[in-house]
Amino acid sequence: MSEEFKLEVVNPEKSFLSKDDVTEVVVPAFEGEMGILKDHISIISFLKPGIIKIYSKLGEEKYYVEDGIIEFKNNNLSILTSSIFNIKDMEKSKIDKMLRVAEEETAKDNISDQAKYLIDQKIEVLKTIN
Amino acid sequence: MASLDDLKKRIASVKSTQKITKAMKMVAAAKLKRAQDSAEKGRPYSEKMNNIILNLSEGISDKENAPKLLSGTGKDQIHLCIVMTSDRGLCGGFNSNIIKQAKSYFSRLSSEGKELKIITVGSKGNDQLKRVFGDKIIENISFKNSKNANFFDAEKVSKIIIEKFQQEEFDVCTIFFNQFKNVITQIPQAQQIIPLKTETGEKEKSGDNYEFEPDEDEILTNLLPKNISTQIFKAMLENSASEQGARMSAMDNATRNAGEMVDKLTIEYNRSRQAAITKELIEIISGAESL
Repeated sequence: MSEEFKLEVVNPEKSFLSKDDVTEVVVPAFEGEMGILKDHISIISFLKPGIIKIYSKLGEEKYYVEDGIIEFKNNNLSILTSSIFNIKDMEKSKIDKMLRVAEEETAKDNISDQAKYLIDQKIEVLKTIN
Repeated sequence: MASLDDLKKRIASVKSTQKITKAMKMVAAAKLKRAQDSAEKGRPYSEKMNNIILNLSEGISDKENAPKLLSGTGKDQIHLCIVMTSDRGLCGGFNSNIIKQAKSYFSRLSSEGKELKIITVGSKGNDQLKRVFGDKIIENISFKNSKNANFFDAEKVSKIIIEKFQQEEFDVCTIFFNQFKNVITQIPQAQQIIPLKTETGEKEKSGDNYEFEPDEDEILTNLLPKNISTQIFKAMLENSASEQGARMSAMDNATRNAGEMVDKLTIEYNRSRQAAITKELIEIISGAESL
């Protein structure tokens, strides 16, 4: 039996990515990384800044996301996100810029604890990519 | 009767107007294609979002303590209306239709004794509303500088709305926009986004139980602000497609009218030229006869 399932990544502007031969997807869910295999129970969760790893026969692909919601149902995984980038396409200067913006934001003291947590996460992830 | 020279000038000016309207029609047609494409591409996102929210709101255990964005403040006194129009004119009834719809809603509100606040998106709506409802407009947002509708702009609008909601400045929020049906028809729409109205009609009964991680309430709290951005973005996309469609058909009409006018003026020009020639001939002949 094949171990493959369908994946669809959409952002508000278009359908970003659509594959039907993925074997495993690791997503940075809010309460920790979560690996999804075929026949996973139906689940809805949302993402924190992190890296989505997509495994298929052809190998591994990595994407950086800042937020999003995932829904898994009947071996269909949908990821809805407003900001997603292929790590291969991310240039160092761009990462540096994003990092600077995030650091400025975390230095402000009028943000909520949750927002601060998310931004700290973002900084950490950006640093590891860099 | 206008002189030959005047007629000639008029014909020339109508012709050049026709050229402009024709060019505008072509531009609108090209832009319409793009706007329609992005409206179609944006659809899966908002549909999926809607579905997830439906599933979530069904599964929510404690309706009393549900997030306020979903259930509302429990009051129905202050209404916030987001009127979304275009930044440019010359697009037929596009803006007027939205304004008309909004105005009839406003007058219904005021007859019910409700308080009204308006945010206009796009400068044309602001221009039309500020004469009558100037004191009600609390903000005017315009995206003249962005070429296409983008999600970033939608997020800006939704941030303003959510901020105002958290400061309890309003209880109900409705957005007004034109839904794109086809090039000729755009339907002005009023959609309530706070508190969220779930469309029970087209509910896709999924039946299976989801696992939520973390729990429903927390996901909803995070999801609802995003849903507002999504709804506004959807409205912006629909609006930009409608705007181009309306402009295209308006310019098509204008081009046709200009053509008719040129024909009419040309006939008039030829007639008066002929009359002038006949008159001259008569003068010459009667001059020769008198000799």
